[in-house]
Amino acid sequence: MSYLEYNAKSTPTGLRKILYLNWPLTLLLASVAGVGFLMLYSVAGGSFSPWAEPQFKRFLLGMGVMLVVALIPIWFWRNISILAYLTSVVLLLAVEFFGTVGMGAQRWIDLGFMRLQPSELMKITSVMLLAAYYDWLPPERSSRPTWVLIPVIMILFPTFLVLRQPDLGTSILMMAAGGGVMFLAGVHWAYFAAVIAAGLGLVAAVFQSRGSSWQLLENYQYRRIDTFLDPSQDPLGAGYHITQSKIALGSGGWSGRGYMQGTQSRLNFLPEKHTDFIFTTLAEEFGFIGGLTLLTLYVLIIVFCVATALAAKDRFSSLVSLGVAITFFLFFAVNMSMVMGLAPVVGVPLPLVSYGGSAMLVLLAAFGLVQSANIHRPR
Amino acid sequence: MRRSPKDQEAAHGKLSRRALLLGGLQVGFVGALAARMRYLQIDQADQFRLLAEENRINIRLLAPARGEIFDRNGRTLAHNSPSYRIIIVPEDAGDVEQVIAKLSELIALPPEDIERARAEIRRGRPFLPITLADQLNWEDISKVAVNAPALPGITPEVGLTRIYPQLDDFAHVVGYVGPVSDYDLSKLDAPDPILRIPRFQIGKVGFEAKREDVLRGTAGAKRIEVNAGGRVMRELDRKEGQAGADMQLTVDADLQNYAQARLGSESAAVVVMDCESGHMRALASAPSFDPNQFVRGISVADYRMLTEDPYRPLANKTVQGTYPPGSTFKMVTSLAALEEGLIGPDDTVYCPGHLEVSGRKFHCWKRGGHGHVDLNTSLMQSCDVYYYDLAIKVGIDKISAMATRLGLGTRHDLPMSAVASGLAPNREWKSRVKGQDWLVGDTANASIGQGFMLASPLQLAVMTARLATGRDLSPRLIKSIDGAEQPSGAGESLGLNENHLRMVRRGMYSVSNDRRGTGYRSRIIAEGMRMGGKSGTSQVRNITAAERAAGVISNKDLPWERRDHALYVCFAPFENPKFAVSVIVEHGGGGSTAAAPIARDVMLQALYDGTPPLEAYPKGDRKRIKAQQDRLERERIKRAENPDSDRA
Repeated sequence: MSYLEYNAKSTPTGLRKILYLNWPLTLLLASVAGVGFLMLYSVAGGSFSPWAEPQFKRFLLGMGVMLVVALIPIWFWRNISILAYLTSVVLLLAVEFFGTVGMGAQRWIDLGFMRLQPSELMKITSVMLLAAYYDWLPPERSSRPTWVLIPVIMILFPTFLVLRQPDLGTSILMMAAGGGVMFLAGVHWAYFAAVIAAGLGLVAAVFQSRGSSWQLLENYQYRRIDTFLDPSQDPLGAGYHITQSKIALGSGGWSGRGYMQGTQSRLNFLPEKHTDFIFTTLAEEFGFIGGLTLLTLYVLIIVFCVATALAAKDRFSSLVSLGVAITFFLFFAVNMSMVMGLAPVVGVPLPLVSYGGSAMLVLLAAFGLVQSANIHRPR
Repeated sequence: MRRSPKDQEAAHGKLSRRALLLGGLQVGFVGALAARMRYLQIDQADQFRLLAEENRINIRLLAPARGEIFDRNGRTLAHNSPSYRIIIVPEDAGDVEQVIAKLSELIALPPEDIERARAEIRRGRPFLPITLADQLNWEDISKVAVNAPALPGITPEVGLTRIYPQLDDFAHVVGYVGPVSDYDLSKLDAPDPILRIPRFQIGKVGFEAKREDVLRGTAGAKRIEVNAGGRVMRELDRKEGQAGADMQLTVDADLQNYAQARLGSESAAVVVMDCESGHMRALASAPSFDPNQFVRGISVADYRMLTEDPYRPLANKTVQGTYPPGSTFKMVTSLAALEEGLIGPDDTVYCPGHLEVSGRKFHCWKRGGHGHVDLNTSLMQSCDVYYYDLAIKVGIDKISAMATRLGLGTRHDLPMSAVASGLAPNREWKSRVKGQDWLVGDTANASIGQGFMLASPLQLAVMTARLATGRDLSPRLIKSIDGAEQPSGAGESLGLNENHLRMVRRGMYSVSNDRRGTGYRSRIIAEGMRMGGKSGTSQVRNITAAERAAGVISNKDLPWERRDHALYVCFAPFENPKFAVSVIVEHGGGGSTAAAPIARDVMLQALYDGTPPLEAYPKGDRKRIKAQQDRLERERIKRAENPDSDRA
């Protein structure tokens, strides 16, 4: 069913749309963001500044953006997918030339009122474009090599730009999310098997290339891999982050050390405690119960997205909803793996909790797409 | 693009299946995350909790107050006094140079201290305090405190520093403390962590070092929370340490002060021992030094002056120095012979001025000889030939055994540095150490305390006390620890024949009270205070045949370091001995002239527990003695003006 076949009368119109907003999903998002404010307040030593307050303002802004996106019919978003994608690519190129260097990487464009991170935007717009592409492409063609090559290029081009920033975490996430959408769209599994095999080959090549003239990664990236594999090698240097993070997590125990009582974060043993490592503070102060609660909230958010996708009548709605869910999943799964010592430290924030404007805004806008798909579903 | 409904159904079905598959994978991964979280937070919680505590909690030791040291009358020999220092926290100071400049206007800051502080500031973290000036007095610190608002980052701090109010009187007995050195640490297997406290002081020399265990006390500790940068956030709790035990010594500060002053600029030593308890009443070694210099940090120039002085002020001559005892040894030889039953009091030996022993001539100090000499005369006039003759009859092993019984050649366990064991040689010793056979000539030498024989002033005092009492007295330095009286050194009877002892004492009485006695000029005439004594003059050179042919060279004509040592031992009162005194004046010349007057003066001071009446001295001496007493009193008052002194 394409959008042309929507029975306009069967979809809600005007302000009635608000009634069809997925309220449980909205509430879940607010809850997760609430956890974020709580933790940002705590890591600032019991203060709204410098993190909790700006984060709250951005959250309000993000909720507004989500509402606007949700109220605009989903087919409009489908139609502008290609435009959104191209805009993101232009912004990524702009970062390449005019970006601000922060934390050793060139990732931001200063818009005056906030710093925009185009790679965050790219994650969603590439999912949108892929969804629109498969909505347009007859399903029986989706496994043909030519029609596989086009989305692969759609994914790899921005991935390459992000990798150049350099931002390894985001580029891996983008590839994984794009691959996920292609898989859902029905591309033959053999392609994925081939890619996974090639990926393993690449990993081998990465390790082989180390120290040679054709070295594939930056030295700091190699060091991160080293310390991931054996944090004890350098407990005060590069392994410090992982070790301290695990100590914070582990010392939380069942119910944690109490709100604002986490010594690891309070005494600055934790790195990046307001961004990438915020989960450790949560786990230290609220323990296993707190960590599991957040994990449950995340799973519920994904469940609602998947439910929306399964209920949707058109492929774009389904694929966008699932694509957002995958992106979201990858965010928190990689971040948590990282702080628990299951993955190398790659610089992926905890979605909706870590301090950061772009990620928050873009994610809420993406959930706006899911909401829109829900609202504009023919009933 | 139109599609057939059938295709669309199929595509939708495939999407749903794959969506569920991916969802399943996601749930699986979340499950793995939860399991990992469980592993870290539940299974490993205790271990990580411990690591977190180790991260955040530092333990800082608190230095205990060192035990104080007093004399037998409660006079302070060593105490702790607040000392002030100035701490700067560079971070709080802002412009460090400006603050230092302002501070220099208020108080005198040594340039080397400022340089050291600057270096530390450059190296350290900005929030760690650095000592800018140490050992300040109260006036300086008040100036700083009053001007505190103008001196950001500066804090006055109080610590404890060791003070020795008796100045150089007890430098050798009490010793001194100093900061722990790497060398000190290297000597210990498992150093007490307290020693790592910056600027912690331990006993370096003397009693302070020997009884470090009791004086130090135990460290307290405070637990502080630190952040990742090492900055102290707050103090969690603290447990105060236990101060070291206060020690009361057996010495008498007034007597020691007198003895030290009486020795004056000589290189000499005096030991006064209590004949009832074995308590050491005074252990004076001259010249001495001010131990406070060492606590503050002695300058290189001052230290060189001490080490290069030929009179060796740093050496503790009372227990560490050993000398040939000379004629003071003659009581040992007589007693050995008496105990062996070889002589009676009336047996005489003819002294022609020398005795030929296995082809070698052994001379008496009196070239013309003493004629017929009995035991009493031999001691009184210190006839050497009598003892050559006696010794050859008795044999060295008996003499050596008697010497050991009387406290020579054995190390007395006093808590002082480098207590020497001296030497009472015998055949076994010579063959073991020298690899040679004992010769009769060696016995002759030993009989008059020459040759291999070596004794410290302490040992001579012990010998005298044992002779005076017939009991096995041991020297004691500690009277009480934290108020608990320590066992005295009063021992059992030595098991010597009382008649033999009486004969020897009789001889010593004659030395001091018979007008022919060698110590007659330094006698005490007060009734009930009379003493028994014995002089000694020990050679530090061999008199060559050429010298002998040219006639005896007077001591005055020799360079100082080749002159004879002067010795004198005595006990008093004769009827009921209270004190034994030994004196050595290094290269002082004759014992009766250089050592005996000192021994007599110190003995009187001890007997009267203060300045004795002039009536105790022989009439002819009184004028001279009065002048001497006045001079010493003036010196005492002058010394009391030293800021470290507490003498009024």
